[in-house]
Amino acid sequence: MILLQNARLIDPAALTETIGSLLIEGETIAALGDIAAPDGAQIIDCGGKCLAPGIVDLGVKIGEPGERHRESFRSAGRAAAAGGVTTIIARPDTLPAIDSPETLEFVTRRAAEAAPVRIRHMAALTKGREGREMTEIGFLLDAGAVAFTDCDHVVTNTKVLSRALTYARSLGALVIGHPQDPGLSAGAAVTSGKFASLRGLPGVSPLAERMGFDRDMALIEMTGARYHADQITTARTLPALERAKANGRDVTAGVSIHHLTLNEFDVGDYRTFFKLTPPLRSEDDRQAVVAAVASGLIDVISSMHTPADEESKRLPFEEAASGAVALETFLPAAMRLFHAGALSLPQLFRAMALNPARRLGLPQGQLSQGAPADLVLFDPDAPFVLDRFALHSKSKNTPFDGQRMEGRVLATFVGGRQVYAA
Amino acid sequence: MTFRARHLLGIEHLAPEEIRTVLDLADRYVELNRRTVKRTDALAGLTQINMFFENSTRTQASFELAGKRLGADVMNMSVAQSSVKKGETLIDTALTLNAMHPDLLVVRHPQSGAVNLLASKVNCAVLNAGDGKHEHPTQALLDALTIRRAKGRIQRLTVAICGDIAHSRVARSNLLLLGKMENRVRLIGPPTLMPAGVADFGCEVYDDMQAGLEGADVVMMLRLQKERMDGGFIPSEREYYHRYGLDAEKLTHAKPDAIVMHPGPMNRGVEIDGELADDINRSVIQDQVEMGVAVRMACMDLLAQNLRAERGRAALGETYA
Repeated sequence: MILLQNARLIDPAALTETIGSLLIEGETIAALGDIAAPDGAQIIDCGGKCLAPGIVDLGVKIGEPGERHRESFRSAGRAAAAGGVTTIIARPDTLPAIDSPETLEFVTRRAAEAAPVRIRHMAALTKGREGREMTEIGFLLDAGAVAFTDCDHVVTNTKVLSRALTYARSLGALVIGHPQDPGLSAGAAVTSGKFASLRGLPGVSPLAERMGFDRDMALIEMTGARYHADQITTARTLPALERAKANGRDVTAGVSIHHLTLNEFDVGDYRTFFKLTPPLRSEDDRQAVVAAVASGLIDVISSMHTPADEESKRLPFEEAASGAVALETFLPAAMRLFHAGALSLPQLFRAMALNPARRLGLPQGQLSQGAPADLVLFDPDAPFVLDRFALHSKSKNTPFDGQRMEGRVLATFVGGRQVYAA
Repeated sequence: MTFRARHLLGIEHLAPEEIRTVLDLADRYVELNRRTVKRTDALAGLTQINMFFENSTRTQASFELAGKRLGADVMNMSVAQSSVKKGETLIDTALTLNAMHPDLLVVRHPQSGAVNLLASKVNCAVLNAGDGKHEHPTQALLDALTIRRAKGRIQRLTVAICGDIAHSRVARSNLLLLGKMENRVRLIGPPTLMPAGVADFGCEVYDDMQAGLEGADVVMMLRLQKERMDGGFIPSEREYYHRYGLDAEKLTHAKPDAIVMHPGPMNRGVEIDGELADDINRSVIQDQVEMGVAVRMACMDLLAQNLRAERGRAALGETYA
């Protein structure tokens, strides 16, 4: 038994913050509130710091199989523990793709051996993420896949996609789409506009996202499948999302922490650590998307952790790899939104823990009696300057290198066991 | 006289007085270049390496001649057909070169921003000889010198830039330079060849050439790349020439004394009428080539002065440390 005393308890379900204690018994939260210390309990004084459900990070790229030099289950797990992420939802865009029950069983076993946090896996929607034949959705579900996605490989053939969606619906499987028109966005490195033109970089209109989303919504109307959009990053997609929800579609949406905290101008003088998929957007878009998270229209914030080695980033901007590591910077970056007054702590943890867990049917993400004791204790105000070489990830491609951040994880618990202490 | 830059990567970071410094010095080099004996020793003892990752006869020749007239040891590396094809990265190439202790590195590269990347990895002065669709600063400076000598000033002029603006580094650098020097810039071209957000640059945008040329002092034509002509961006070459090719009739809309410019190489009959290009009363295209050598001499001279001063300071620092 562990009693965490004098903590600021962040409850994302009730959207409240209260000072109190939390009792861990075995793997679960046994009690909350004003509790006397039971006999034999280990007592931890939280000193008024924040205690929240551990982050459930929907959409983390880990390099196993195929790219272990970029990130392994061990390094990702340690980075997650240090960042307050207690459940990683891993992406299937590996080499080879996780598209068969055999591969899925292999990575599930590897992850369980190597990582101190929970790792759940998504599987590819089509074989090899090639958009031609659907994967064995039934077998993959049985093997533990929590969702199906081809990640940023948009399935261009709508006949293939409509069949996969129809089949997924019959099994109640969640399909995650990447709303982006593939033709319009081909070859783009940044969002089109004044900045792209000034830098002479190929840009994509923000409307390519709306077009991709509209297409997917028509297919959802046709098939009735459960759908989640991985990243909605532009203002002009939001009305379409709102309409889909109002029409009763089983649709949710996410956004990456980078699109909530950075904008297109951060690319500056061709800084490739700021090259992301989709590209960073205008400040107007950023603010609109932050507001959509506050209102609950956008359900999920994820890190979109994408490790890339130095070689693939030290190239001219167009040729450089896309993506950023974020497991450890996720919480401090989110604190920027808190300190800016844009989102409250319960609102943030609703999007970072409760909503992704609910959407995937996991019991995590809650600060309530009987819920798994997956917890993060953090100080939202602790200042520090980020040094990318101090990160646990094997890859160091963070856009926050050298930046002043606030918010440090003090301790992380997974299933009642402490896996990280600052 | 002011010129603070360590590298010449683009017009974007140059101040108006730095631009004037380059032009004033280039004027002196124009005089030198017209003498029989054209040599000075401004760069004597310095090594200049020209690295062209993209083929270019004219620009490379211009830089080579400029370096030789200033007394530098000039080496040309045609990287377009060398080790880069064997998979060596740009950074590796840069580090290899850096080990040879060059003082001036002249780089052309097909990717926007590649020259900036290279400049961050070497300890010599880097001159951008054109990077992707980003900038081509010496072209804009030689255009400015040509205009200043033909019009007597480089302020308060109306300059029309016509053609493939979207894919042109020449257009970007000229747009920035002419804006800094307080000119009125008009961009003319089909909307498919206009970059996004271009109206925010403080210029006027036209898709009707006659309207755009109205009252212009300078008409700057851009080259249309062959690969963009066949249906992708414009319907056909002949439709383009009909609507956006400069001929004597269209030029009547500009001021009677308007000059015609082209960065070369020209596609006669696509973007410009052949006779007009050769008309010595209107076309300053040959002058541009001449100014090119002088402007590049001025840029390299100024960068070398800064480089020597920087190394001098570093040496002093070592002595007194």
